[in-house]
Amino acid sequence: MHSFGYRLNGLLTFSLTILAIMCAITSLSDNLNTPSPSAEIQIMNINWFQKQPQGNDEVSLTMNISADLQSLFTWNTKQLFIFVAAEYETPKNSLNQVSLWDAIIPAKEHAKFWIHTSNKYRFVDQGNNLRGKEFNLTLHWHVMPKTGKMFADKIVLTGYSFPEEYR
Amino acid sequence: MTSFRSLRFHMDWQGQKLAEQIMQMMLLVSAVIAFVAGYVLGSFQMMMIVYAGGVTLTALITVPNWPFFNHHPLNWLDPSEAEKHPKPQVTVSSKKKGTKK
Repeated sequence: MHSFGYRLNGLLTFSLTILAIMCAITSLSDNLNTPSPSAEIQIMNINWFQKQPQGNDEVSLTMNISADLQSLFTWNTKQLFIFVAAEYETPKNSLNQVSLWDAIIPAKEHAKFWIHTSNKYRFVDQGNNLRGKEFNLTLHWHVMPKTGKMFADKIVLTGYSFPEEYR
Repeated sequence: MTSFRSLRFHMDWQGQKLAEQIMQMMLLVSAVIAFVAGYVLGSFQMMMIVYAGGVTLTALITVPNWPFFNHHPLNWLDPSEAEKHPKPQVTVSSKKKGTKK
């Protein structure tokens, strides 16, 4: 601590080291949170279900998505990224995941919601396997922190299926 | 205004030790208070603000050369006094010559 500059340098480096430790402890405190999210997705309507010229099936559907994800928020949460994916099995792929809709929830107040929407992204199969196929709709979420580790989880909703014939 | 003029000079040894101890203690205490405040209030921003305030306060207290860091000054010998007392002569060691004898 021999001079002004020496002390200033020591203060800055020590304060930044302590800041890094504070951020690590903050991230660890997220593990204390026990979330209890819930969600429900209803398919209101299959708008159309066609086979594209290239041979792939495409479907457009309107969904009613309602969820309560407020318990996922902590003091260290910046935002929540959520998306709905349709999951099904085909002879070619053991798991197909097609993302239909996503959103960013910036604050806890907005985490309890319902939305009536058609699929934001096109639902196209690799092939023409969808007729009569059963599929799951999964709501995935990524809890993006202000500092530290990101947590990701999902809710799987089963029991959906495609019509037997094209419309 | 004498306190501002004394900022030009370095701290004495005891002052340096005191400054280092105060700095480390204050930064750790600021961090603990900031974390507790942020966690209890559920506000990350509050933790950052309290910590920044603590760092600034620590900087103001420990970095400039305040007078209370100079309570144990070392009194170097005045040059005119030094001349009155000659430096001790460094004798060349004659042990090796002695064993040869």
